[in-house]
Amino acid sequence: MLTVLFDGIAYGMVLFILACGLAVTLGLMNLVNLAHGAFAMAGGYAAVVLVNRLGVPFLAALPLVFLLTALLGAVLERLLYVHVYARSHLDQVLFSIGLVFMSIAVVDFTQGSQQQFVRIPDFLRTRFEVAGVSLGAYRLLIIGLCGAVALLLHLAMTRTRFGAQLRAAVDDPRVARGLGINVSLLFAVTFAVGSGLAGLGGALGAEILGLDPSFPLKFMIYFLIVVTVGGTASIGGAFLAALLLGVADVAGKYYLPEVGAFVIYSVMIGVLLWRPQGLFGRVALR
Amino acid sequence: MVAGIRPGIRPSGRHESADSRAPGKTSMTVNRRGLLALSAAPLLAAPAVRAQGASQPAALRVGLILPMTGPFQSTGRQVDAAARLYAARNPAFAGRPVEIVTRDDAGVADTTRRLAQELVVNEKVAVLGGFGLTPLALAAAPIATRAKVPLVVMAAATASITEASPFVVRASCTLPQSSTVIADWAARNGLKKAVTLVSEYGPGIDAETWFKTRFTEAGGTVPASLRVPLQNPDFAPFLQRARDAAPEAVFVFVPSGAGSALMRQFAERGMGGAGIRVIGTGDLTDDDILNEMGDVAQGVVTAHYYSAAHDSAKNRAFVEAFRAANGTMRPNFMAVAGWDGMAMIRRALEKAGATADGPALVEAMKGLSFESPRGPVTVDAATRELTQNIYVRRVERRDGQLWNVETETFPAVADPAKTRR
Repeated sequence: MLTVLFDGIAYGMVLFILACGLAVTLGLMNLVNLAHGAFAMAGGYAAVVLVNRLGVPFLAALPLVFLLTALLGAVLERLLYVHVYARSHLDQVLFSIGLVFMSIAVVDFTQGSQQQFVRIPDFLRTRFEVAGVSLGAYRLLIIGLCGAVALLLHLAMTRTRFGAQLRAAVDDPRVARGLGINVSLLFAVTFAVGSGLAGLGGALGAEILGLDPSFPLKFMIYFLIVVTVGGTASIGGAFLAALLLGVADVAGKYYLPEVGAFVIYSVMIGVLLWRPQGLFGRVALR
Repeated sequence: MVAGIRPGIRPSGRHESADSRAPGKTSMTVNRRGLLALSAAPLLAAPAVRAQGASQPAALRVGLILPMTGPFQSTGRQVDAAARLYAARNPAFAGRPVEIVTRDDAGVADTTRRLAQELVVNEKVAVLGGFGLTPLALAAAPIATRAKVPLVVMAAATASITEASPFVVRASCTLPQSSTVIADWAARNGLKKAVTLVSEYGPGIDAETWFKTRFTEAGGTVPASLRVPLQNPDFAPFLQRARDAAPEAVFVFVPSGAGSALMRQFAERGMGGAGIRVIGTGDLTDDDILNEMGDVAQGVVTAHYYSAAHDSAKNRAFVEAFRAANGTMRPNFMAVAGWDGMAMIRRALEKAGATADGPALVEAMKGLSFESPRGPVTVDAATRELTQNIYVRRVERRDGQLWNVETETFPAVADPAKTRR
């Protein structure tokens, strides 16, 4: 029972770290970026190349993966995304879904379409028994790492000058610009961090979710569910939504294997009927 | 569901325009130019083309439809490589040169159906082959029936496929064949309690049903039967449930290629340490990916019709030729089915004569009996399934590599799904 809860939390944490970048870009920057999963996949494959081919230790590879995908995000933001910020949502959807297909083809061509695994060191493969609950070391690492990231993000958004500037820029970019805030730089940094986090999630989640070229499409729905259920107002919303969905999904598959795959959708429908703007959403004013 | 969007965008349609111009079509354009012959020409042209085919042996075209990209590409690559190797070794079937036309369906059934139609209508293939997954074979079966073209299944393994059309002949195996054998083996080796864990689609349900029936008949119990969605992100909850049922063994079926994810999570969950062993059909310890699984796989016992480690002169020659032609790739059970599928086509053509049509070819395939790299096989005339040896194998490390080492042979196993009726 508690093992199921533990697995669910670990799964939810992975979902959170994968989707939080999307929550930021969609909620704060008002950009529909369906290609978010492509950054996660890029991170996963970066980890595969670094760890399996170049022999970088797994834990050391994680920050590298973050930096690499953040860099990729920054480059693409400057080159491509900057042109679609002001366009309609439909244009953004078409543009980003095109990116998804391109990323799939590139990975398919360069890495092949079979499942990939990141080689994980043996000490992360062990298991502990704590008070009768069996915990996997790797999932424990995920929970610790993602929990820390969530806390940092929350603090950065609410307590730092950067966070305040970002919120200001989102609320009214024109006034923010008038106050001397460099809005486009702010957006670029935010986008890069979001992409980097997705990449980190892809690297961490490869073990649990699997990694193949169809990753961005397979998990796009999950990301969107997390963001929809959590609402786009805050990091906390996405965090709680990801946990709720992770636990519901794992528990559903454990206790009701026949309908397990639908539990996550039922939760989404239930939450949206109750609170159409998401758990912590604000009612759209603009 | 979502993955379904993808392959539709990349059909292999670009080959068609150039080489597929049907003979009838060319004669039509000529006709339009020849003013006088307007009415007579079509009547004359068509028999002329046919006569030409008879005088100098026309190529026998075999159309393979396989997932060459996407999650099941390993199946496609193995079958395609083996079929091409066979055609390279036997360039003429009954005096007719062989041509293999491969099309990629990326594992999506509606694409398979469209490609089957294109191959029959435009490419004039005499035989359809391949079919990586059950839904793909079922999608193409009606085309085989309508066009009266033999459809040789070289991978998909749900028992009901051969019942979908009288033109379907199988060169692989059915899941009831391997699942009943492993059930017998488990019961005989003192296992009393086993949980089943299968991918939820045709072959998985076949495997679950037949393992359960046979194992409970032999006195075992199956406290839980778990079905994992085909596109499942996380095996964790299913494995945890299997673990909590505290069985002596977990019987696993997953499609070829998906085994490594499962085995890794099995190890991560410490189930081996809890005294639970893994048994299954040979799809789990697929030769193509076995080495990448690592030590987790050691000691896993499976039942299947082919292992690259099968000890026979014929198999050693096959493995050597396959590796020479394909780098270091090790042939798996998909490859041997591709090889034998081509062998069945050749033997049937030799038996029925070089000009045999589709129905005659299927008729000739029935009852064929020959020595394959996997051992002796016979095409059951009534069911169009192979009667073949099923081997019990244990994963062992030899010369630094993991192999499915055969420990026991169940000779001449017919498809139990049909003999039971």
